[in-house]
Amino acid sequence: MSRYFTKDHEWIAVEGAEATVGITDYAQSQLGDITFVELPGEGSEVGKGDSASVVDSVKAASDVYAPVSGKVTVANAALEDEPELVNSDPEGEGWLWKMTLSDTAELEGLMDEAAYQAYVAEL
Amino acid sequence: MIFVSDTYNSSGNNSGEIADVDPDVPAGPLTLPLDQWHRARGGRMVDFAGYWMPVQFEGIIAEHLWTRENAGFFDVSHMGQLYLSGEDVEAALEAVLPIDLSTLPVGGVRYSLLLNEEGGILDDLMVTRWRTGFYLVVNGATKWDDIGHLREHLPDAVTINHLEDSALFALQGPKAFEALEQLVTGEHPLSALTFMRGGQFKLGGVDAWISRSGYTGEDGFEIAVPAENAAELADLICAQSQVKPIGLGARDSLRLEAGLPLYGHDMTETVDPVSADLLFGVNKRRRNEGCFIGADKVLPLIGAGAPTRRVGLAIEGRMAAREGAKVLSGETEVGTVTSGGFSPSLERPIAMAYVPADLAAPGTPLSIDVRGRKLAASVVPMPFVPHRYHRKGAA
Repeated sequence: MSRYFTKDHEWIAVEGAEATVGITDYAQSQLGDITFVELPGEGSEVGKGDSASVVDSVKAASDVYAPVSGKVTVANAALEDEPELVNSDPEGEGWLWKMTLSDTAELEGLMDEAAYQAYVAEL
Repeated sequence: MIFVSDTYNSSGNNSGEIADVDPDVPAGPLTLPLDQWHRARGGRMVDFAGYWMPVQFEGIIAEHLWTRENAGFFDVSHMGQLYLSGEDVEAALEAVLPIDLSTLPVGGVRYSLLLNEEGGILDDLMVTRWRTGFYLVVNGATKWDDIGHLREHLPDAVTINHLEDSALFALQGPKAFEALEQLVTGEHPLSALTFMRGGQFKLGGVDAWISRSGYTGEDGFEIAVPAENAAELADLICAQSQVKPIGLGARDSLRLEAGLPLYGHDMTETVDPVSADLLFGVNKRRRNEGCFIGADKVLPLIGAGAPTRRVGLAIEGRMAAREGAKVLSGETEVGTVTSGGFSPSLERPIAMAYVPADLAAPGTPLSIDVRGRKLAASVVPMPFVPHRYHRKGAA
């Protein structure tokens, strides 16, 4: 399994044509206490860069963009009752949705973990 | 994901328009006496009202709930502290503010409003009678304009001292009294202070003006101390087991739950005190006598009622509605949210909004458009969370 990162602070863990998407630890720390997550509908099509989800924190609401194009297969229902999972485990139990990729070539423009950490260090 | 700029970036529409800008002073946020103190304690600093201020320490919800249950320490040194004195200062101040100073004793604190000729709110402020003059605390983002307005409308015999060498703290919460009591000495014990009364004390051996007041709805104190002693006194207060430092984020969510409006958001220079539901800032004698700036516009509204009203809204679900969101009655746009967010105490979203007077009654069903979603809401009385002030005569 490979994990990629966007400049907008999403992560995507890919296995074949299946992937899981969430926001990074840096993103959750910037947002602060997360109080609500609006998840994409299961079965919905998302294009790379589309706003697919909204994360609401005490401070502000923020769009989460799809890192790549594809079809949402599962949304993380656990977040309905426990949105704080995105704070406590953003790159694990706080995942947002799973999707099938329509074009794995879109992954090529994304960062790997080392590149993302270097990017965040500059912010 | 994009980190949306939030309400902590500025307060009011006057920020940045600082009178008498010195070209030798670099642009950008200024630092306050506790700047290093906040950073050393992990405060996340943001530009607020032209100053670097901590928006949070451990997290807004934790800090909010700590303040509701224990005692929160807030640095509000960005606010303007003014001392007005001179011949006939009392009459001169009454000509500017809709306040009744004849019923304000020495040490008494009263909420008032700075109005323009149109009855619009230029700022809200606290006025305290000291033995020889009046102590005013005004908002940070508006303080320079306030000073200009006061200077323009007060006679030359009245001197305005901007107390820039004074830091200002707030200690708020049900344990604020027990935390502070053991640190202060004075002519009277701290327990002599009831809500909206202040006095001169020694705090850690340093002169401090302390009033029993605040902006959270809780019992608590506001504490003015010399800036040069600010860090040592902040250390002293925060060394108490009941006390933690609290950032601007929780200050905002606490005041929202308390139903307390924020200048530049819930009231502006185009909003009058009747619409803003701040008529208690226009004292009774002045409603009869008038003769304050804006009286010609405000007094008729008291009898006739204002066409729009500031109300509280309880929102269904978990998604928050924020400043700028449109309020709907059926399909018709009827108003705008001026403050909103998730209430940590109630664990649901709440908001303040302006709506037509005939839709302002508690229980009125409305909805709010948040990015194309219609959230069900209803008008509810404010405060959202009951005030727990230590009032005179109360048990």
